[in-house]
Amino acid sequence: MTAKPSHPQNSPANGGREKLYLFDKPKNVQRLLRGFYFCCLLLVAAEFVIHRHIVHPWEGLFAFHALYGFIACVVLVLAATQLRKLIMRDEDYYDTDGTEPRTSDSNQHDGES
Amino acid sequence: MWAADLPPFVPFFAAALIMALTRSHALRAVIGVLVPLLGGLHLWFDVDPGLTSYRALFEFQLIPFRTDQLSLLFGYLFHLAAFIGMLYALHVRDRVQQIAAMLYAGSALGAVFAGDLLTLFLFWEGLALTSVFLVWARRSKTSFKTGQRYLIFQVLSGVLLLAGTLLIYRDSGSLEFTKIGLNGAGSWLILIAFGVKAGFPGLHSWLTDAYPESTPTGTVFLASFTTKVSVYALARGFPGTEMLIYVGATMACFPIFFAVIENDLRRVLAYSMINQIGFMVCGIGIGTELALNGAVAHAFNDVIFKGLLFMSMGAVLQMTGKINGSDLGHLYKTMPKTTILCIVGAASISAFPLFSGFVSKSMVIAALLETHHEWVWLAMLFAAAGVFHHAGIKIPYFAFFAHDSGIRTQDPPWNMLLAMTISAVLCVFIGSYPAVLYSLLPYDTGYSPYDATHVLTQTQILFFSAGAFVWLQMRGLYPPELRSINLDVEWFYRKLAPSTIRAAGAIGKPAQFAWRFVISGLIDKINDTLARHHGMEGTLARTWPIGSMVLWVAVLLATYLLLSYF
Repeated sequence: MTAKPSHPQNSPANGGREKLYLFDKPKNVQRLLRGFYFCCLLLVAAEFVIHRHIVHPWEGLFAFHALYGFIACVVLVLAATQLRKLIMRDEDYYDTDGTEPRTSDSNQHDGES
Repeated sequence: MWAADLPPFVPFFAAALIMALTRSHALRAVIGVLVPLLGGLHLWFDVDPGLTSYRALFEFQLIPFRTDQLSLLFGYLFHLAAFIGMLYALHVRDRVQQIAAMLYAGSALGAVFAGDLLTLFLFWEGLALTSVFLVWARRSKTSFKTGQRYLIFQVLSGVLLLAGTLLIYRDSGSLEFTKIGLNGAGSWLILIAFGVKAGFPGLHSWLTDAYPESTPTGTVFLASFTTKVSVYALARGFPGTEMLIYVGATMACFPIFFAVIENDLRRVLAYSMINQIGFMVCGIGIGTELALNGAVAHAFNDVIFKGLLFMSMGAVLQMTGKINGSDLGHLYKTMPKTTILCIVGAASISAFPLFSGFVSKSMVIAALLETHHEWVWLAMLFAAAGVFHHAGIKIPYFAFFAHDSGIRTQDPPWNMLLAMTISAVLCVFIGSYPAVLYSLLPYDTGYSPYDATHVLTQTQILFFSAGAFVWLQMRGLYPPELRSINLDVEWFYRKLAPSTIRAAGAIGKPAQFAWRFVISGLIDKINDTLARHHGMEGTLARTWPIGSMVLWVAVLLATYLLLSYF
């Protein structure tokens, strides 16, 4: 949630004095993050109060689902980053080698005129 | 409203015909919205389970309209999806798209109410031939080529279905579409045919290739029908097929890696769609009442929340002309309504409590534990965390927040907002009052998703997955959105095969020369031999042809005479 102030050169033509939106203020981003951390803390603390039904033995581990969710996503992202080295190519990769250059149309025409 | 035994595809096809004939855009728009609405109400109020209508075609007894709990559920769903899609596309003046969408929705309805395999095949091909126009509707060179590849996969699926149907008819003498199970070549062919349209691993690339290439409105239709018809067909034909548990788990897991590094946000959703279908296929593979309920309920919810996500990204594409994560950001400033609606879709697909995904995905996961598939259960938990990561967070974050792209636009037209709002309300309604959806499911299992354990564990998974996202972003470990593409299975037929053919052509030239040399030598030799025997001076030219014939007849008779002694 690293919202930055809007780029002056990209702001609408009002002399760069664009109105400030919710996440233009770093304080609001900090508030959101603090609220989020507090929720995470509450969810782990709830383990002391709520008795979970356990079907699989691994579920008996304290805050198993919280740990699993966190680790799974970190592993997912780090693995996907490595995957990029193997499979990432230029946007016109399929249009080279003997065929005509790609007509970069993804932003040109939506067929709905 | 009209005769109860009139198959639901008929009004759609009739509407498409009227749309083709009329020049009035307003009339086409009204018909497009009214037909799914009235058809859906008719199905809800006037049509009961247990209806079967027969039609004779040559010696075959076809069943174009058969209703039970399963087909009716998908029937309601497809009417709803067509209505929302048509409302979303109300401003579109492109007649081809409107007609294709109506025929496509009609074909989907024809397929789910088909009581025999031949009728299913006809609508199966109908789905292919109508939906391809939605891919082509972008009217660009890229979309044309994508559409061709899409069509090849879709027609191939149909051919496999027909071949399987013929084999089953030969073995059993019946065309009725009931549980098929895996027994014999015919059933395997049909399973693969269903698998192509469901996006089985390795057969999925048409989906991630074509869906992001359609128009903003076309993709909404594409996302609603083809794959869900296939889920229906798998639920009807292959419930309890053990192999599908592992196929489903693979589908749920592998696309999330691609989704994390994909730049085109509609392609992220296409990968996410395979991930969600993975949950459904897994449920069908388990085959218990709870799992099958979970699979079809999740298909129902998926059409609505995935439709909502595709609609919100379609709105972004429509309003900004961009859809790559690397080009977008901070749209919440000028598209606040779309932002909120997208977040509702994201919360639903992520299965937050009180949102629709929560009440259906949990059934499949619970069924995995009940049937002691612990490792698959762990894989599905991973997939559930992953879907929140790429669809729940990545989509809204990179489109509406993240870095400031400088784009200042506005929310889309009222009809698009209304369609998205209806979907969002349904997501919250189904999530908060699941009993309504549960009453439509094929089995009464008495399942309740809202117990303290389930709510707590699911919320923990989701919040800590989000925690991982925040942590990775802050540490700079999250892969940035880059203008790029990622290779997938399509590399084999888009790159390897053409390169191999070109290489073979290069090697082939000398080979062709050598081959010609050998062949021409051989032909010369044959000519010489023929000339020696049949030429002017040849042995066989010494007699007139009639004499030659008499000679051979004499030889044959002599042989016959000899043989008759034995």
